[in-house]
Amino acid sequence: MALLETDGLTARYGDFQALFGVDITLNEGETVAIIGANGAGKTTLMRSITGVLRNEARQIRHKDVEIGHLPADTIMKRGIAMVPEGRKLFPSLTVEENLIIGGQHKGGRDLGDRIDSVLSRFTGGPDPMALAAGHDGMGHWTLETIYALFPILRERRMTPGTALSGGQQQMVAIGRALMSNPDVLLCDEISLGLAPVVIRDIYAALPKIRESGASVIVVEQDISQALAVADRVYCMMEGRITLEGRPDAISRDDIHAAYFGDAA
Amino acid sequence: MIWLDTILQGVLLGGLYALFAAGLSLVFGIMRLVNLAHGDLIVFGAYMILIVVSVLGLHPFLAALVAAPVMFVFGWVLQKAVLNRTLGDDILPPLLVTFGLSIVLQNGLLEGFSADSQRISMGALETASVSVGPISAGVLPLMTFASAILVIVALNQLFYRTAIGRAFRATSDDPVTASLMGIRPDRVFATATAIAMLVVTIAALYLGTRANFDPNVGPARLIYAFEAVIIGGLGSLWGTLAGGIIIGVAQTLGAAINPEWQILAGHVAFLLVLLIRPRGLFPRGH
Ligand SMILES: Nc1ncnc2c1ncn2[C@@H]1O[C@H](COP(=O)(O)OP(=O)(O)OP(=O)(O)O)[C@@H](O)[C@H]1O
Ligand SMILES: [Mg+2]
Repeated sequence: MALLETDGLTARYGDFQALFGVDITLNEGETVAIIGANGAGKTTLMRSITGVLRNEARQIRHKDVEIGHLPADTIMKRGIAMVPEGRKLFPSLTVEENLIIGGQHKGGRDLGDRIDSVLSRFTGGPDPMALAAGHDGMGHWTLETIYALFPILRERRMTPGTALSGGQQQMVAIGRALMSNPDVLLCDEISLGLAPVVIRDIYAALPKIRESGASVIVVEQDISQALAVADRVYCMMEGRITLEGRPDAISRDDIHAAYFGDAA
Repeated sequence: MIWLDTILQGVLLGGLYALFAAGLSLVFGIMRLVNLAHGDLIVFGAYMILIVVSVLGLHPFLAALVAAPVMFVFGWVLQKAVLNRTLGDDILPPLLVTFGLSIVLQNGLLEGFSADSQRISMGALETASVSVGPISAGVLPLMTFASAILVIVALNQLFYRTAIGRAFRATSDDPVTASLMGIRPDRVFATATAIAMLVVTIAALYLGTRANFDPNVGPARLIYAFEAVIIGGLGSLWGTLAGGIIIGVAQTLGAAINPEWQILAGHVAFLLVLLIRPRGLFPRGH
């Protein structure tokens, strides 16, 4: 059984269709990379999985439960965490508060969930507590272990998150997502705009993240980076998957064709 | 000495305006919602306290304690069922809907309580005063001012020291990313409005005990609250208190010179502060 899979996933922004039947699979323990040119639909795929864009229930399954229709907060509480494109730290929060808020609502037992859970018995709507029940958010990651992973953050913990360098902000965004001890971690372009040394530092955290039990999807524009870290790679173009395979089994020409289309 | 006394009265009046404004400021700070019905909600709260006082025979302070949870739930439901639907990129729907709510509240109160002006009686407390040397201040205005300070301290603690406050700030920064953190923005907004209704209840207590009120006084009170929030700097509660004090002092000074100038002086002070500091005294993010 796949940990996470999409099945004929479609997505649209108003009249504009951005995804046309995307099928991807993430197995337990895997790291999967998704590559593709600007506008291919990678971020849209992430936004669909995390519930920022809502879909038909059956189009996305997590641990064999249909989740395509669920709101973002319920999906997060099931154990799918996101490092969003552009980092998206909260400017009003310090570095430490940015980290804490990532774990503050894990497990899905807040008062609002309890109320909605009771109401769902009468309305027949989704029961947020039942849906989050398999994931208690406990595990390896705490403030202490995040600071051990990225020691510089401990020094900067009282500064506003947005006062850090790009690389440090990316570390906060990763730490913030890990704080809920997800079993699926989605990373959208974590190397974008960063210097090579900084990218190396950030990717150095990946083995420890995998050891902690998370399966990972990285969205990357940097093809060699993607091939280096991933067990499997998907290439997207114009809202479709154009290539899938193990890094050692696909050739540069395959990638070129899948990335730019046959015309290129 | 008469001037000192006048200024003191103005400062204390500023506390009342800050109380009127604090709930408005809280809601605006979190969801960028300008609630045009805020003044009417305060009047609504005053009627609720009045009912509890007359039906249960409680002291107004206890009556406010009884009214507070009702107002809290009312705020939650109002936000969940009505106001959340108006939020979005367009700022017009919240203005229209809260303007409509203002009319509904005023006419509802008019139907229920008639246009007669009312007052919540505090007994001897109404006229009690303390004097230090030549200056004297009413106990009720002093309590109003102290309540304003307490409310601001409590809201700041809530905002900067608690998990709910963190969720408030995160949601106000970026609701979509907040939802990726397991936060449901519509619940955060409902909680914020519910808490604002607690502040409204405190404001209602003093509105109703310090002067007469009737179903239509809401908008007039709201103007001072708006002015306090704006010259204080959007999003800063201490700024709102400072703004309230400036308007209060301007009003009492104006009235001391010529009783007809009271209201005018407050508005002139508002305009002057805006001329000098268009973003207010303590704008957030500076
Ligand atoms: N909010 C939106 N409204 C309308 N169209 C959008 C929106 N966001 C993305 N799109 C369109 O959807 C398509 C896919 O965009 P998406 O952001 O998913 O691509 P991407 O692969 O993440 O690109 P990049 O590498 O630039 O991040 C693009 O054509 C884009 O213009
Ligand atoms: Mg993208």
